[in-house]
Amino acid sequence: MDLAGFDLPTLWFWIVAALFIGYFVLDGFDFGVGMTLQFLGRDDVDRRVLINTIGPVWDLNETWVIVAGAALFAAFPEWYATLFSGFYLALLVILLALIARGVSFEYRHQRPEASWKARFDLMIIIGSAVPAMLWGVAFANIVQGVPLDAEHNYIGTFFDLLSPYALLGGLTTLMLFFTHGAVFVTLKTAGEIRERAQRLAARSGAITVVVAAAFLLWTGFAHGAGWFWPLAAVAAASLVAALLANLRGAEGVSFTFMAVSIATAVAALFAALFPDVMPASNDAANGLTIENAASSPYTLTVMSWTALIFLPLILAYQGWTYWVFRKRITRQTIENAELDQSAAEEAAR
Amino acid sequence: MNELLDPLLLARWQFGLTTIYHFLFVPITIGMATTVAIFQTAWVRTDKVVYLQLTRFFGTLFLINFAMGVVTGIVQEFQFGMNWSEYSRFVGDVFGAPLALEGLLAFFLEATFIGLWIFGWDKLPRRLHLATIWIVAAGTVLSAYFIIAANAFMQNPVGYAINEAKGRAELVDIWELLTNPVALAAFPHTIFACFMVTAGLIISAAAWHLARGQHRESMRPALRLGLWMMVIAAALTTFFGDQLSLSMVATQPMKMAAAEATFNTVCGADASFSVFTLGTPDGYTELFSIRIPYLLSLLSTHSLDGCVEGIIDLQGQYESLYGPGDYTPIIWITYWSFRWMIGLGLAHAAIAAVGLWLTRGGREPRLFRIPPRLIWGVAIWSFPLSLGAMIVGWIFTEMGRQPWLVFGLLPTESGVSPNVSGLEVLISLVAFTLVYGTLAVVEFRLIVRAIQKGPATPSVDEQTGRAEPATTVY
Repeated sequence: MDLAGFDLPTLWFWIVAALFIGYFVLDGFDFGVGMTLQFLGRDDVDRRVLINTIGPVWDLNETWVIVAGAALFAAFPEWYATLFSGFYLALLVILLALIARGVSFEYRHQRPEASWKARFDLMIIIGSAVPAMLWGVAFANIVQGVPLDAEHNYIGTFFDLLSPYALLGGLTTLMLFFTHGAVFVTLKTAGEIRERAQRLAARSGAITVVVAAAFLLWTGFAHGAGWFWPLAAVAAASLVAALLANLRGAEGVSFTFMAVSIATAVAALFAALFPDVMPASNDAANGLTIENAASSPYTLTVMSWTALIFLPLILAYQGWTYWVFRKRITRQTIENAELDQSAAEEAAR
Repeated sequence: MNELLDPLLLARWQFGLTTIYHFLFVPITIGMATTVAIFQTAWVRTDKVVYLQLTRFFGTLFLINFAMGVVTGIVQEFQFGMNWSEYSRFVGDVFGAPLALEGLLAFFLEATFIGLWIFGWDKLPRRLHLATIWIVAAGTVLSAYFIIAANAFMQNPVGYAINEAKGRAELVDIWELLTNPVALAAFPHTIFACFMVTAGLIISAAAWHLARGQHRESMRPALRLGLWMMVIAAALTTFFGDQLSLSMVATQPMKMAAAEATFNTVCGADASFSVFTLGTPDGYTELFSIRIPYLLSLLSTHSLDGCVEGIIDLQGQYESLYGPGDYTPIIWITYWSFRWMIGLGLAHAAIAAVGLWLTRGGREPRLFRIPPRLIWGVAIWSFPLSLGAMIVGWIFTEMGRQPWLVFGLLPTESGVSPNVSGLEVLISLVAFTLVYGTLAVVEFRLIVRAIQKGPATPSVDEQTGRAEPATTVY
């Protein structure tokens, strides 16, 4: 039962990192698919194909951020308190976007009218693009450091969070998730929409490489330390590999490399942050570190055992879920389901 | 203007409104997951089409509601840090643990298996697919346990020690935290109340169709199930509510005194329960009341000659314990919310029991010369009123905790984020009000529409003669 030999706060720093990595890799392609509605969804059937690629999994993907937030609260209360109160308006916008996106998946198909569906399509697109961008802005600010007072309270304004570096971070996650989503569509669909997704991924991928390289280089020169460079190098190489695989039509390989690229890029940001968790840009003494932000050893021990037992189980049943829904979605899938439904309605009359 | 932009007041309003709003969806999620699982089990066992119809019909209501529960739940978790950062700093070591356990043990389970259930009809073997909805149901109940254990810490802090150097409460015994006596009573009380609300929705939906003489073959069994569920859940809610009030008297006597607006300590027959009171606006002088002698003593101590401490005595005790200050909750809120909770709850149980009698053995409800339309009309109001009982119950328990955030440890005013301005909270409060208000209208219309559409007839496999659910897509 004794985990005292381990450096538990550091372990939890990396567990929090792992939960955010899980969130960005998984909900990242949800955001991407949501945004591609604008580019790939030529008619209602197309849009339904796109939405149904993530239909069974968007909720479990989004749950990663809830668990990441709860883990932050439990393992690093100071970090959680400073971050969430400091980034108040940014998080408010993220919350509203996630609300809009989440209800739209469920509400969109409840009525047949085109105007009804168009409204929720728009909410899905905006509700995907906004958090995809703002999470990058938030994490860039964490790495860069923000002004904190001696009680670790954020003393800047909302607009202080929109520095050029932070906006570049936002653009990076926006483009990464967009490409990730487009590649996911190539993996999960068949037919003409898949070819269009492939071309879209190639084009957005080219922009992503430039933006991501600029962001990683800036981060490296300003804050790079420890494991940052090797992780960033893997992230960059994986991104390029993903795009090459996409050009060759190897969508499984491409998707895997996109996932690795996002995972290592987020890990690189955490490596750049380590051993701080919320550095203060005005006075280093006001910053939060793993040490001064962590919970007590007892709490971390309880949580460590829980995570140790349940995380493998969670990964197993989530992996199985992806296996159950491995089949590609086509226009035929949607049209068949439509026929089934109208047959049932016919029978009811 | 400054008063309008008081961050503390605005943050309290925001937390109250968003929590109540979130909890409009929670009871249906908890109760309906189990109900749908029961209908689906009946279908798998008997192969009767009507049970599949009911599974799909109530499953649709469940899902319309589920999405709202999920997205409004994220707001709840973020809000502790956003608006209550000092609270988060002070209790995070203790309070964060049940939230993290809730996420790891319950939320992942719910979110994953709900997707498997919705889209797995034609992809999983029948029994495995049935298991997914039971797992969702178990996940909802489990998550309720952790969140109520966290809430119970605010009502009755246990399992912690104060670390003076760090200025915070630290967890010393997770087991003590999870078996908080308040949680052990509040959890079943809340869960069964959730089943009352779900029963309310089932009764309302079924009554709407039966009043029009349609879908009798499916809506009649649904109505009977709803009525039985209401009566049984009401009995259990009452029983555990009684347990909860016992532990409340032991841990938060001020809340009980405020529930009854008992200003002076009273014993025996004087410890009466007032069904209705009119008083002067300050609440200290009673003008008229209807009282049941002994009942308050019975409720608080389970004996006829028990004593109930009054607000004035308790206020004095708390002043010597915690220093000068006002330790009394807002009496008119606690007094009336307590009565509305009990009154609405008991009325539901009584009306459902009458309903069971009137519809026994396949009868059409008939009562004296009351037109059947009126009887069905009463049944249709079951859902909004049971939801109302749930809401006033939460208002009572949280307003009765005031002026404390964590009882005896942290006053509410000390928990608010010091660096979030009144303007920022006003912006978020307005944003949430507009978005939540709009969604409430959309949600309400969709639920009504799904109810009115009625159960669909599933297609039957020609070879096996079995009803086959269609492929589900968004």
